[in-house]
Parts: sequence; structure tokens; C-alpha cells
Amino acid sequence: MDTTITNNQATPVWNGGNKPLEASYGKMMMWFFILSDALTFSGFLVAYGFSRFKFIESWPIADEVFTHVPFFHGNYPMYYVAFMTFILIMSSVTMVLAVDAGHKMKQKAVTWYMFLTVIGGIIFVGSQAWEWATFIKGDFGALETKGGRILQFVDANTGDRLALRDFSTPIASERVQHESKNGIWFSSEKAHTSFNLAEVVAGVKSNDNVLIRTEMINEEGEKTLLSRAATLDKLQDAVQVVEGANLIQNEYGSRLFADFFFFITGFHGFHVFTGVLINIIIFFNVVLGTYERRGHYEMVEKVGLYWHFVDLVWVFVFTFFYLV
Amino acid sequence: MGHEHKLSIFRGLVTFKSNTQKIWGVLLFLSIITAIEVALGIIKPAVLTDNSFLAMKLLNWIFIILTLVKAYYIAWDFMHLRDEKAGLRRSVVWTGVFLIAYLSFILLVEGNYIYDIYKDGFVKWEF
Repeated sequence: MDTTITNNQATPVWNGGNKPLEASYGKMMMWFFILSDALTFSGFLVAYGFSRFKFIESWPIADEVFTHVPFFHGNYPMYYVAFMTFILIMSSVTMVLAVDAGHKMKQKAVTWYMFLTVIGGIIFVGSQAWEWATFIKGDFGALETKGGRILQFVDANTGDRLALRDFSTPIASERVQHESKNGIWFSSEKAHTSFNLAEVVAGVKSNDNVLIRTEMINEEGEKTLLSRAATLDKLQDAVQVVEGANLIQNEYGSRLFADFFFFITGFHGFHVFTGVLINIIIFFNVVLGTYERRGHYEMVEKVGLYWHFVDLVWVFVFTFFYLV
Repeated sequence: MGHEHKLSIFRGLVTFKSNTQKIWGVLLFLSIITAIEVALGIIKPAVLTDNSFLAMKLLNWIFIILTLVKAYYIAWDFMHLRDEKAGLRRSVVWTGVFLIAYLSFILLVEGNYIYDIYKDGFVKWEF
């Protein structure tokens, strides 16, 4: 009976005098909101798993996609995401410390810990924005085939990835982006890629060291590298140049990978953003002494639950998007 | 408010003196786990990627188990589920665990089925 019954209750059990499970109304509703939100996130992550299982042989390898660290050049897989994870766990810790200080009614300590939590959240959202920008901008560029498969390029001598600019042959052309201001007002087109299909194809043909890497994963767990003859053969399937990623195209591989990246990290980032806003509101309430007058800091505790939940979700996103 | 904090983790193996100390202890533990995950993700030891258990690489098993361990300590100590009544804890945790386990089972099996269709059926998608 110890699990549910509240003992030593002076007030009557009915008429709202009693707290079921010894949790206040607000706290319990926060828990059930978190539960429903957890189901939404698991819906997203499981849909990701579904699509990944569907294309298990050709899914992009996350280590090869997320290799950048701000202010550093080179190939550093995972380091930046690990840093982001650490920032979020750290801001979770300052949040628990705020809750703990709230229990002891230390207004000054709560203020400081809430401030640090907000700063941690802002650093995380900023990092995510940077990660998005890098992902959208793209890295090496690729070709897309008629069937929507991605062909990437590798240097046969070194085994390193080749960017389109490393080998493409510029062909003089007067073709410019058509904008609505220069013609019929209702017709325009997207920005051109830095090289067009003919230039990339000519570049591959004239450089013997360029090989195509397909999406398919071989037995060693690496993307399949075609021979020079197969490369020239495969080149005929290409229909367009892809640079960077958006909801329709993705130079890193399967388009679904980019779609899920935007939806899952975007949905999570939105949670962090709202969490920061709520934390700022609570921070000002603490500064103004609202909870001091109220006699308890339960509001900090409830907001803390939401903030930890955001951290909890990130732990899963980190595993299923970047590690597994 | 006014709950007593349970200060032992690892089934009583480690007991902290105060709640603040426990928070730092849990942070240390979570950081170590994250560091292990990142190190394994970068090194990718051949032993763990070549062998699999129940159709999944050992490395991925380790990642998923470590993630669940992290989730446990975030929920139990940071969200102080450890200090709540068992009824509240169960109603939140088990509801989630059952529904998510069911959802992943159904959708992952279905995804695998479609993979087989693409592979062995008469659907051409690689062109």
C-alpha cells in the first residue's frame, strides 16, 4: 500500500484536500505531458528506424556526414555532437542544483543556477543552428541518378573524398539563373549549383583518378567504390548535380536521412528553444522574489522536469542518429 | 516539496552525503558513459563490429544499453523519480516503456519486410 496511499493526512481525502501519489496537480500534469511528448518523439525516432531498416544497405554513415567542428578544418567525426551532449547534460546539472537550492529556499543560488541553465541552453541551440547550416551548405557535392540515388567521388590514389570543385572542368556558358525580374514575372528557377552536370561529367572523364562511390554498403561496412570502367558506365545514369541538403535533395545519400535530420533535430531544437524561454521567465520570477513570497519553489521543479526531459530526448537522438 | 532524498545509487553501493554531492556524482557517471560511447564510436573496434547478437552488431547493443543506463539516471536522479511514490513512477515509466517497445517492434519488423521486398521482389529502385 505504500506505493499509492498518502498517510498522515490531516485534511479529508476528498474535496481536493489530498495530493494523490504525494505529487501536486501541476507536477503530475507535467509528468503526463512529458509522457505524451516522449511518445511523440519515439514516433519520430521509430519512423527513422523504419526508413533505415527499409534502406539498410544504402543508409548514409553518420560519421561521414557530421565531421565538422567550428573554427577547425579537417575530419573530426562526432566530437562536436559529443560537446553538445555534454553542454546539455551540464545545463541539466545546473537545473537540478537550482531545484535543490529551491528546496532550501536560497533565492540567490537559484538565481545563479537558473542563469547558468539558460546560458547552457543558448549554447546548445546555437550549436544546433551551426550544425544545420553546415549540413545544408554541404561538403563535397554529388550527382543524383534518375532513380534518386547519390553518386559521390573518391580519389583513386589517396582514397579521400573529392569535392566537385577538385576535378570539374569549367565549360564557358552564358546560361544564368533565371529570375522573375528578368522575364515573365511568375516564372523563376532555383539557384544554380556551382558546376552543372556537363562540367562534372567532363571532369570525371578527363581525370583518370576519379572514382564513383555509390550508396550501397559493402560487407566491410563501407560504401562501395566502383572501378574506373564501372565509374564511366555509372556516370550515364546521372541526371543532376546536388550540393548540400534540403527536404528534397541530399548530397550525403538517402533523401530520407536529411528529412529525418531536419524533423527530429528540429523538433528537439524547438523544445530546447521553448525550454530556454520558459527558463528565462522563471529566472525573472526568481529574481523578483515571486517564489520567495509564495513560500516554495515548486515552479522551478516543474520547469526543471521539462528541461531534463529535453536532455533525456537528446540522449536518444544522439544514440540513434549519430552513434548506431 | 519536502520529500526526503534517497541518496544511494547503484542499488546502495554508493551513498552520498548530500543531494548536491549526489548530483555531481551522477554527472561524473553520465560524462564517463558519454565519453565511452564517443570513444567507441570513433575507434569502432573490429571485435564489436564484426560480431553480432540477435541480428545486431555488438557495438550497437553497447550503444543502446548505455543509452538506457543514461536515461535511467537522468530520470531517476535529475528528474528525481527516485524520490517519488512508486505509483507515480510506474504510471509514467511503464506506460512509456510498453508503448514504445510495441511501436518499435511493429515498425522495425515492417521496415525489414519492405527491405526484403525491395531486395527479392520485382521492384527496381537503384537506377
